Amino acid sequence: MRLEYFQMVDRIVTLDPAARTILVEGLVPEQSPIFEGHFPGHPILPGVLMIETIAQAGGWLVLATLHFAAMPFLLQVKEAKMRSFVLPGQRLETEARLIHDGSGYAVIEGSITSAGKKVAEAEIRYRVVPFPNETLRAQMLETARRIAVPEAYFHAA
Amino acid sequence: MSSTFETVAGIIADTCDIERDKITPESHAINDLGIDSLDFLDVAFAIDKSFGIKMPLEQWTQEVNDAKVSSDEYFVLGNLCTNIDKLVAAKTS
Repeated sequence: MRLEYFQMVDRIVTLDPAARTILVEGLVPEQSPIFEGHFPGHPILPGVLMIETIAQAGGWLVLATLHFAAMPFLLQVKEAKMRSFVLPGQRLETEARLIHDGSGYAVIEGSITSAGKKVAEAEIRYRVVPFPNETLRAQMLETARRIAVPEAYFHAA
Repeated sequence: MSSTFETVAGIIADTCDIERDKITPESHAINDLGIDSLDFLDVAFAIDKSFGIKMPLEQWTQEVNDAKVSSDEYFVLGNLCTNIDKLVAAKTS
């Protein structure tokens, strides 16, 4: 993870659009400017970044489901719970399940687990729209390759 | 349509915190009830789930934006319910 760049996903572990599920992992860095402010003397991963992590995991699932034809943007966060502190150096597994792919929107349920213990959960809703420009789409594809999204999902089947 | 309307009206009342009595088949979701696009997506999600359909919101919005149809066609609740009934019928046929 590179928190200050909003890179919350290190690697796709499993991705199954047919089953509407994804599992990703990320290692919370030992050092980050984020921890200088959150909090001095007590560094913990901000809850908003836990939500962002769930949103990104679900976002990759939506992108793969759509073969990168459109981009999911965060629209709503519902029923978010931060169940315990996440500390520098913790490894996180984030799973998400697509519960509805609507017309122009999508809904996922996701949760983060660390060392077998659920640390956060949320329902995330996205507005799904055409990519605003080719620069963003190219960047998303580059990131997808870095985190090992299978190339089979990059283009329409 | 009547049972469809009752379901949709209940969804709108619950989702948008609008008094049920103010919701009629003649109500326009946006112009009369003041439902904004974010709340309408909540309504759409609840309708999709309740009826097991996928309302083609993108297509409907495009048709309205292109002035092919009036927004009344999709956003007056009586008409919306008729369209929902068609989608349900198409799913089961």
